Amino acid sequence: MSVLSVDNLRTSLVIGGVEYHALREISLSVAEGETLAVVGESGCGKSMLAMSVMGLLPSVAAITMGHVTLDAVQIEAASESVMEHIRGAKIGMVFQEPMTALNPVLTVGEQIAEPLRDHLGLSKREARKAAVALMEKVRIPAAATRYNSYPHEFSGGMRQRVVIALAIACRPRLLIADEPTTALDVTVQRQILDLLDMLRTEGKMGMLLITHNLGTVAGHADRVAVMYGGDLVESATVKELFRSPAHPYSRALLASLPRVDRDLSELASIPGRVPALINMPEGCRFIDRCPHAMERCHTMPPSVAVGESQAHSVRCWLHVQGGEDAAEG
Amino acid sequence: MLLKVEELRVSFSVRTGWPFPETHELRAVDGVSFDVREGESFGIVGESGCGKSTVARAILRLVDSKSGRVVFSGIDITSIPARHLRRLRPRLQMIFQDPAASLSPRMRIGDALAEAIRVHAIASGPDIDALVRNALAEVGLPPESANRFPHEFSGGQKQRIGIARALVLSPSVIIADEPVSALDVSVQAQILNLMARLKKERNIAFVFISHDLGVVRHFCERTAVMYLGQIIETGSTRNLFDAPKHPYTRLLRSVSPVPDPEKPAHLDVEEGEPPSPLNPPSGCRFHPRCRFVTDICRSETPDLRPVGAGFVACHHAEALPPAES
Repeated sequence: MSVLSVDNLRTSLVIGGVEYHALREISLSVAEGETLAVVGESGCGKSMLAMSVMGLLPSVAAITMGHVTLDAVQIEAASESVMEHIRGAKIGMVFQEPMTALNPVLTVGEQIAEPLRDHLGLSKREARKAAVALMEKVRIPAAATRYNSYPHEFSGGMRQRVVIALAIACRPRLLIADEPTTALDVTVQRQILDLLDMLRTEGKMGMLLITHNLGTVAGHADRVAVMYGGDLVESATVKELFRSPAHPYSRALLASLPRVDRDLSELASIPGRVPALINMPEGCRFIDRCPHAMERCHTMPPSVAVGESQAHSVRCWLHVQGGEDAAEG
Repeated sequence: MLLKVEELRVSFSVRTGWPFPETHELRAVDGVSFDVREGESFGIVGESGCGKSTVARAILRLVDSKSGRVVFSGIDITSIPARHLRRLRPRLQMIFQDPAASLSPRMRIGDALAEAIRVHAIASGPDIDALVRNALAEVGLPPESANRFPHEFSGGQKQRIGIARALVLSPSVIIADEPVSALDVSVQAQILNLMARLKKERNIAFVFISHDLGVVRHFCERTAVMYLGQIIETGSTRNLFDAPKHPYTRLLRSVSPVPDPEKPAHLDVEEGEPPSPLNPPSGCRFHPRCRFVTDICRSETPDLRPVGAGFVACHHAEALPPAES
């Protein structure tokens, strides 16, 4: 069963009276206990996608088409008060910078206990007990004494654990982790990702892991959605994406990665850069940087299935019937 | 030897504690030695707080070292007067993670580059212009960039400007502190390829500081791993990452993400975080996190000594089981 399904979603931004499509026709789903990684470089719309799902879009942005369904409830048109409840109880959120998610003048214990009282109706004493249990669960050493510590007394990794404890406090159905380890050292990164994996399996949560790091994706996701310029350009199981990437952008991205486990003679680089939202090409948004660009790329390509499994889809004219065989390149 | 760092030590005094703060000595760099040959890139890796950036700053005398020597082209630059050092500066350049922070927002790029040339009297008159244009072309920026301001450029382009500004002075060493960490992977590849080309064509040596083992493997021939102010292992980069010896290097290597789902990550990763450099552990500084710890590790600091083809600071380097690969 899908915990989250996003169907043909379009999110638009109004800049200077003109409407721009920040996300175009995004469809994806996250099953119970599954991790879907959303990868892409800055400006690809991955965080915009997370904001759209959570109903936290800035005032200039709005969902203008499509549906977001969470746990069988359609939420794209829900009121703010309904969303507030959903965010607290059904969606857990972990962001890159834990300090922005924590209140510096409340003890970490109080902060974890708060949603337990608000959303689960626990008494003060029960909430305290449950908060300590949560802190133990995210492996904060000496949880009972650190209940009374303030965020600034914690290291970056420990703060992120607090945020994770907060995120899972109400046993959400969906965990959205937006670059959860980007600000942390590698040894700590790995601990946090392992912790998230463990909690997801145990709580049967679906996880939307938003990251720019393809190494993280390889080790911690089941499926991947590659985004570019607000489009979901390719979606596949992790194995399939790394073994046979179909979209020219996915291929270039994988070829541009330096590797710690082997020597590469030269890194492939993608010329140019992601266009700004107000200068996005009409059709395929990768057209200006794509080695295979052709005439029909000026219209937006449809999303088509490639390979043996239906789980692998790509939005590129090269894979539409009649597309050039340049795809083999 | 182009650049030789010998027993470098850098300390900061830090006031902590409440309500009665006390001054503590933070040994950011605690006896670091290495050397860099002409046209070679030497990587320094480690986690935050290990002292890798302080090493870079101390080499350039941007921070004062407490003891030790930095010998550049046979001249001990730790003790020479500042005005003599200024003459050497063009040959010893630095690029930073955030190049915008080192560019004046109100100065056109061309002027910023020309200023560096003028300050060091590299050229004068119309020659300056030619130098600027050449440098911009060499880093792949159009000549009209010279008339633009820093904010008009993307992150990758700003890093190109940072490199161009170093290039106009014809350096023999560039100290690069996390030069690609803030960039997207596709842009990161562009900058790494650019630096690799300059290294080859102009025979520029690099001291390349990064937390990303993949980037270092790609760019550096030799690498040192730092932990709490000390080098704990050094050697050829390939050797270091394919057969890491020190338990900390092994840990770093095993947690560095490999973009390959067919290679499952190692399962047992130790908990724990680097301790504060304000209060480093006794003996081997890694001992509280080390799975091979014995009594000697708690009491005696291991020296960096030759083991196999590299150098390792571990009492048990030879006796450890081979790293899983």
